[in-house]
Amino acid sequence: MNSVISYFSSFFKGLKSLLVGMKVTIKEFFTPKVTEMYPENRHTTLHVSDRFRGELVMIHNENNEHSCTACGLCQMNCPNGTINIESEIIETEDGKKKKVLKNYFYDLGQCTFCNVCVMNCPQKAIEFRNTFENAVFRREILVKKLNHEGSKLKEKKIIETKQTNQQ
Amino acid sequence: MENIKKLISEVVPSAVIEEKEPLTVTVGNKDFRLLAETLRKNDVLSFDYLNQLIGIDKDEKLGVVYQLSSSEQPGQTIVLHTYADNRENPELCSVSDLWDSACINEREAYDFFGIRFIGNPDMRRLFLRNDWKGFPLRKDYVNENEMSVESHEMSDISTHFSVVNDKVEEKEENVFENDEYVVNIGPQHPATHGVLHYRVALDGEIVKKVDLNCGYIHRGIEKLSESLAYPQILHFTDRLDYLSAHINRHALCMCIEKAGEIEVPERAEYIRVIMDELTRIASHLLGWSCMCMDMGALTAFIYGMRDREKILDIFEENCGGRLITNYNVIGGVMQDVHQNFRKQVKEYVNYQRKKLKEYHAIYTGNVIARGRMDGVGVLTKEKAISFGITGPSGRASGFHCDVRKIAPYSIYQKVKFNEVMRTEGDTFARYIVRLEEIEESLNIIEQLVESFPDGEYRSKTKPIIKLPEGEYFERVEAARGEFGVYLASDGNKTPYRLHFRSPSMALVSVMDTITRGEKIADFIAIGGSLDYVVPDIDR
Amino acid sequence: MFDFQIVTSWFDNLLRGCMPEFWVLFIEFVVIGIALLTAYALIALALIYGERKICAFFQCRLGPNRVGWKGLLQPFADMFKILLKEIISINHIDKVLFYIAPFVVIIASFLSFGAIPFGKGMQVLDFNIGIFYVLAVSSLGIIGILLAGWASNNKFSMIGAMRSGAQLVSYELSASVALLTVVVLAGTMQLSEIVEMQQDGWFIFKGHIPMIIAFISYLISGHAETNRGPFDLPEAESELTAGYHTEYSGIQFGFFYLSEYLNMFIIASIATTMFLGGWMPLHISGLDAFNQVMDYIPSVVWFLGKTALLVFFSLWVRWTFPRLRIDQLLHLEWKYILPINMINLIVMTIIVVYGWHF
Repeated sequence: MNSVISYFSSFFKGLKSLLVGMKVTIKEFFTPKVTEMYPENRHTTLHVSDRFRGELVMIHNENNEHSCTACGLCQMNCPNGTINIESEIIETEDGKKKKVLKNYFYDLGQCTFCNVCVMNCPQKAIEFRNTFENAVFRREILVKKLNHEGSKLKEKKIIETKQTNQQ
Repeated sequence: MENIKKLISEVVPSAVIEEKEPLTVTVGNKDFRLLAETLRKNDVLSFDYLNQLIGIDKDEKLGVVYQLSSSEQPGQTIVLHTYADNRENPELCSVSDLWDSACINEREAYDFFGIRFIGNPDMRRLFLRNDWKGFPLRKDYVNENEMSVESHEMSDISTHFSVVNDKVEEKEENVFENDEYVVNIGPQHPATHGVLHYRVALDGEIVKKVDLNCGYIHRGIEKLSESLAYPQILHFTDRLDYLSAHINRHALCMCIEKAGEIEVPERAEYIRVIMDELTRIASHLLGWSCMCMDMGALTAFIYGMRDREKILDIFEENCGGRLITNYNVIGGVMQDVHQNFRKQVKEYVNYQRKKLKEYHAIYTGNVIARGRMDGVGVLTKEKAISFGITGPSGRASGFHCDVRKIAPYSIYQKVKFNEVMRTEGDTFARYIVRLEEIEESLNIIEQLVESFPDGEYRSKTKPIIKLPEGEYFERVEAARGEFGVYLASDGNKTPYRLHFRSPSMALVSVMDTITRGEKIADFIAIGGSLDYVVPDIDR
Repeated sequence: MFDFQIVTSWFDNLLRGCMPEFWVLFIEFVVIGIALLTAYALIALALIYGERKICAFFQCRLGPNRVGWKGLLQPFADMFKILLKEIISINHIDKVLFYIAPFVVIIASFLSFGAIPFGKGMQVLDFNIGIFYVLAVSSLGIIGILLAGWASNNKFSMIGAMRSGAQLVSYELSASVALLTVVVLAGTMQLSEIVEMQQDGWFIFKGHIPMIIAFISYLISGHAETNRGPFDLPEAESELTAGYHTEYSGIQFGFFYLSEYLNMFIIASIATTMFLGGWMPLHISGLDAFNQVMDYIPSVVWFLGKTALLVFFSLWVRWTFPRLRIDQLLHLEWKYILPINMINLIVMTIIVVYGWHF
C-alpha cells in the first residue's frame, strides 16, 4: 500500500514542481525584455564606462601638442611589444641636441589592455579611451600611429609660466 | 608541527629541515619515497592532500617541489624538495599511489622537465604533442621544433616505468582495447566548455573509461613569465581561469607583495575582496547556467547570463574591463572605485537575492532536474581529498577546504560568513553548494560595502620590483577551488620559476573516476557540475 | 458556416464538363498536391518564426527583429540560407541510405499532413480508418531517423538514432492508446465524422475525466514523438552535438528541421481534431446567440487557433524543462503514462457502455 501511495505522491509532487517551473517562465514571458538594440541605441541608452579600455590614444591639446618625450618606458613595459616608438635627435634653437618623438606606433591587434603603459608613463601622455568599435577588415589597419600629423611636444616652460601667472 | 619535524628526522635522518614558513624539507631522491609514505600514513598527522607538485630546474639539477597539507589541519602546509641524480635520465619515484592528484601533475612535470616518475601508470605527455623535442621549462631548452599545422594521429599507448631488479623497465600499454566503442567528446563539443578532449569508451549508453587529452590551447604562461617583469606577468593571471580573473590576480599580487614586503592600504584590501566576491558570484552564475544548458534547459541558462551581466557592468564601470578586469596591481588596485560603486553594488545584491529564488523555482525543485542530479557521479570525501578537488566541488563531498576559512587572507577574518558544506558528493550537492555560495558571497559584499574605509587605494611601489631570493607560496579561494601560486625568485626582476596550481586540472582528472558506470548524459551533467574552465588547465 | 466543399465540387464539375475523367483526376491531384505543399511550407515558416519569437520571449530576449517588420521575414531568410548552403559530401557513408533518409522523414510527415481536416470540407484524405492511417504513417518517420543515424557512419548519430528508436516505439504506444480512448467514445475512426460528432460539445468536455487524462497523456507522448525537449534525446545538442542529423548539411538538414516543426504541428492538430473539436466552433448548449456569433468565425480560423494554442503550450514546455535521461524517459512511459492510459481506456469503455457520458 505504501508503495502505491508513494507512486502517486511522487507523481503529483513531480507534476507540481513542473508547474512551478512553468509559472516562472510564463511570468518572464510577459516581463520587459533585457535585449539591448545595439546599433540603434548607440547614442541613446548605450552606456560604456569612461574607464573602459577600448584603445590607446595619445592626448593632444588644441594646439596639436602632446606631452610624449619618447622616453620609451611604455615600450619597455609592454608585455607583448604592442608599442613601437620611433624617435629622432634634433637640434634646438639654442644649439642643444634633443630627442623627440617621430612616430608612435601602437598595434591594437596585439594589445591586451593591461594598462601597464599608461601607469608607467611619467608624462601622462597616453591614455585609454572607451571607443570600442575598432573592428576593421585588415590587420595592418590595426597598427595605428598615435601622434597626430605635425604635432609637437608641449613646451614645459609655457605650462610653468602659465601656472605662475595663475598664482 | 614539532611532532612532524621529529617524525621526519626520525624516519629520514639525512633530510635537511629549514625552519621557515612553510616548513621546508629537502631530501635525497633515494629517501624521498620513504618520507612521502611516512607523511601520508602516520598516526600524528596524515598529510593526505597534495596541494601542488611543481617541477623545477634549480642549480643545474632537475627536481620536484611538493606542497602538502592535511585535511585535518588544512591551514598548515609542508614543502618537500627532491632532486634527480642527473639531467640526461632524470628519474624520481612516483607518489601517484599515495595521492591520486599526483598522477596528472607528474605527467605535467614529465612534459615540461622530462623527469620520469617510476611507478606512475601513465607517463604520456600531458600538454605537448608526443613528437615534441625537448622539455621546454628546462633552463637550457632550445626550441628545435618546427611549426606544424598538420593533424597528428593521437597516440593510444601509455608508458609505464617500473623498477625490476634495480633496473628501470619500460612497459607500454594500450589506453583502449581494439574493439571498444570510443567516442570523442571534444575538442569541438558543446559540453566541454572549451577546447578539451575526452575520449570515452562506451558500453551502450554507459561510460566505461575516460581518457583525457589537454593542451589544445596551452600557451606556456609559466614559461613566458620567466622572461617578464613582475608587473607585466600580472595580466597573464586574468587569462588563466578567465571566470575568476580577479581572484587569480589577487593571489599573484599577494604573493609578490609578501615577498617584496609591500604594504597594501586597507581600502585596497576592501576593494579587492568585494571584487573577489563579485567575481565568485559571476563565476558561479555562469557555472550554474552552463550546467543547466548541459542538461538541456536553455532558458535557465539565459536567466543566469542575464544576471551575470549586471556584475560585468559593475566591473566595466570600475575596472575598465568586463571579463579581463586587470584591476589588481602590486600594492593595491589600479584605480579607485567609481563614485556609483556603492550604490550599484547594493542594488545588485538586492536584485540577485530575488533572482536566486527564481533559480530555485525553475531548476532546483524541478523533478526532471532532480532525477538527473540526485545520486549521480558520487565523489567520496577520501577521493576528493586525494584528487585535490577543492572549491564548491570539494565542499560538496565534505572536504573542508575553503581557503578563506582555513588560512584566511586579506580581510576575510573580519567578515562573517559560512562555509557551505554538503556530504553527499553527488551532482546535486555540487549544484546546490554553488547556489548557496552565491548567497554567502552576497552577505560578504553587504557587510563590506557598508564599512568601506577611506584612504589610499594603492601604495607607492618602486618602478622596478625585485624580489629577494627564495621561494614563496600563496593560495586563495578561487571560484573553482584553491588557486595556488609558487614563485621562486633568484633576486632578479623576473621570476626564476612561477607555477600556478589550477583547480580545474584536479577537476578534470577526477572525471574518469566518478563517471565510470554512469550514462553518457550524466557524463555531461557531471562535467557541468564540476564546472571546470579549460584555459585554467592548459596554462 | 462556409463549407469548403462548395468550392471543390464546383471545380470538379467545371473540369468534368470539358475533359475526360482521367484528365480531371490528374489536374485535381496536381492542384491539391501544390496546395498542400504550399500549406506545408507556409506553416513551417510560421512555426519557425513562432518558435524563435516565443522562445526568445521566455528567455527575456526579443528574438529576431531585424529582417522585415518585427523580424517577420526572418524565416524566409533562414530558408534561403538553408537552400543556398553547400551539401557536404562525406566519405565512408552508406550513400544510398544517407540520401534517402531525409526524404523518408519528410514523406512520413507529409503523408500524415494530408489527412488533417483543416476546416469544413477542407480535408484531402478522409478514410474511414483515418486515425489508424495517421498513426501508421506518422510512425514511418522513425525509419528515416534510424537510416540517418546508421548511414552517417558517426558514433554520435548512431547513439542518437538508437535512442530515438527506443523513444518513438515506446511513446507510439501511449499515443495510440490515448487516441483509442477517443475512438471508443466516438465509435468511428473517420476524422470527418469525429469532428461532426463534436458539434454540440468537444470531446474533452463530453468525456468526463478519462478524456482529460487521455488528452494530457496524448500531449505528452505526442510531444515525445516529435523529438523536442524535454524529450529531445535523439538530438541532445549538449551530449551528441546534433544526434542523428550531425552529418547532414544544407537542404538535407533542412528536411529534418522542417519535418520536426511540422510534426509538432501535426501532433497539435490531431489533438485538436480528436479532443478540441477540430474546426468546430465553441458551442455552449442553451446560448443560441453566442453559438450564432461563434459560427461566423471561419472554420479554418478555429482550427488554426486551437492548434496554435497547443503549439504554444508545447513550446512553453520545451523551453522550460531540462532534458530527461534515456532511462528516465522510458521509465516515465512504461511506469506512468502507459499504465494510466490503459486503465483510462477501460474506464472510458465502461462509461460508454453504461452511457454515462454527456
